[in-house]
Amino acid sequence: MIRNALIVARRETRVLTHSLSFYIVIAAFLLITGFAFSSEVFVRMQANMGTMFNTVPTVYLFFIPAITMSLISREKNAGTFELLATLPLDDTEIVLGKFLAALQLVVTALMFTLIQLVTIVLLGHNVDFGPILCGYLGLIMLGGVYCAVGIFASSLTDNQIIAFITGFLILFVFFIISRFMHLAPVELLNVVQYISALHHLERMTRGVLDTRDFLYFITLTVLFLRLAIIALESRKWK
Amino acid sequence: MMIEIDGLVKDYGSLRAVDNIHFQVREGEILGFLGPNGAGKSTTLRVLTGYLSPTAGTIRVGDMDIRRHSRAIRQRLGYLPEHNPLYTDMTVYDFLFFCAEVRGIPLHRFRRELDRTVSSCGLTGVVHRKIGTLSKGYRQRVGFAQAILHDPQILVLDEPTSGLDPNQILEIRRLIRELGRDKTLILSSHIMQEVQAVCDRIVIIDRGCIAADGTTEDLLRQYEGVPVLELEFFADDPMLDAMCEAIEGISVRTAQQLPDGAWKLCLNIPGDDTQSSVYAWIRARGWVLREMYRRRVTLEGIFRRITMGEASGEASNAIEEASGETPDAAEEASDTAGGDS
Repeated sequence: MIRNALIVARRETRVLTHSLSFYIVIAAFLLITGFAFSSEVFVRMQANMGTMFNTVPTVYLFFIPAITMSLISREKNAGTFELLATLPLDDTEIVLGKFLAALQLVVTALMFTLIQLVTIVLLGHNVDFGPILCGYLGLIMLGGVYCAVGIFASSLTDNQIIAFITGFLILFVFFIISRFMHLAPVELLNVVQYISALHHLERMTRGVLDTRDFLYFITLTVLFLRLAIIALESRKWK
Repeated sequence: MMIEIDGLVKDYGSLRAVDNIHFQVREGEILGFLGPNGAGKSTTLRVLTGYLSPTAGTIRVGDMDIRRHSRAIRQRLGYLPEHNPLYTDMTVYDFLFFCAEVRGIPLHRFRRELDRTVSSCGLTGVVHRKIGTLSKGYRQRVGFAQAILHDPQILVLDEPTSGLDPNQILEIRRLIRELGRDKTLILSSHIMQEVQAVCDRIVIIDRGCIAADGTTEDLLRQYEGVPVLELEFFADDPMLDAMCEAIEGISVRTAQQLPDGAWKLCLNIPGDDTQSSVYAWIRARGWVLREMYRRRVTLEGIFRRITMGEASGEASNAIEEASGETPDAAEEASDTAGGDS
């Protein structure tokens, strides 16, 4: 199963890395995160990764749906999905392959931000690598959730724009919910906090490695991938 | 490998696209799957290729069942979907390499299969071009290449010649005949000549039901009615009654005088040998015979009769009225008659 998913993923990355829009999206990602980082370093004279870690989830909101929007919707639109689905591949392998391709690109984009880490190591001393590594791990896992949501949105429609907006809206709920914590009834506070993606990310950027956070990210990723698979399989019965 | 479609039903919501159909495709046979647009051809093929699931009934390929062994069936099957969807942003080579990878063809075998496929599909010279830059004819060949790359035992082609120019159609037909030699092949189409030209057997589907099943000859025999002779000649008075009396068994279906003064007759005749008596009779009068041919039942006529719901018992309905398009139906006699005058 993994072998087939990797074949699908390789095809996707190959096609994506040959498209101009992909480079524009990556450039925008790096520009925004780089700007956040440099303003921290040069304006507030602080050399830390905190701002970057806080900026990335916001940038993800646009960046990841932009990467994932076409992954399935375009295949549906062009009819190539029929080609793919009638090869000896099952829908799980297709979705997993697309997910791995998207995640790989997100990780690639994140790797470019390591230049900021290098800057910090050169400027500062006593750099605490623990929270930074945890933070990156958190960003990768958060990226996984966002990719899964984006792919789910893409599996619902044959229109890339609709896929983008749907993905963005679902992500926005997970993103914004912690901002409305003060409105939530006290009994539900824990629930709201648990749902909030940022809450879990914050814990990780502080250097806390807790299975609950892992569980949260992994559950959401699996859930949305599963939903995407169901959405694709529904063609067979509709 | 034999394909057995057994009581297949497929609903789209409340619409029944395929309604309890049964037929078989024998090993090594080229089957023409015929029907008007929207009759359920593509739906049936999509169930066979695992893209859709049946609502009821099943399809067996060899001893595998579509419900349980979908992947194993897809592994042995080559499919050219309707409209031939392709990844336009990949090169032909990358695309075929991807298909080979998914099908688990090892690299050394891929090189061999690629050479074979590229030469038999006439793709030499465009292997490293992007599919999006190719013409429609070449894209169709890429679709074929994808379907036969793994040398499948079963080949399913959904309207493989739609949208191609006449030369390309002939070329694709040649390819189909070549491939059909050692494969079980299903070819869907709504073009009669195509099916007649390449298929061993024909199944006609209409509104989700099988309307006819048999070889071309079977169908033609089954639907052939009273033989009809059509002729045009110049005469002051055609003397129809005299003619009917003189030649045994004929009767006039229609008679009209054309604007240029020629008479156009449609005669019911008892058999093929009557043609020469009619010819001799007209010649004896000294008339100029311009045209004479025996109208035959064509597949197109049968298809129209079945799918247009022309249920009247009149067998001659199946006779193609506009048979001028089908050259084998027209036995031109004009030159003989012209030489006589």
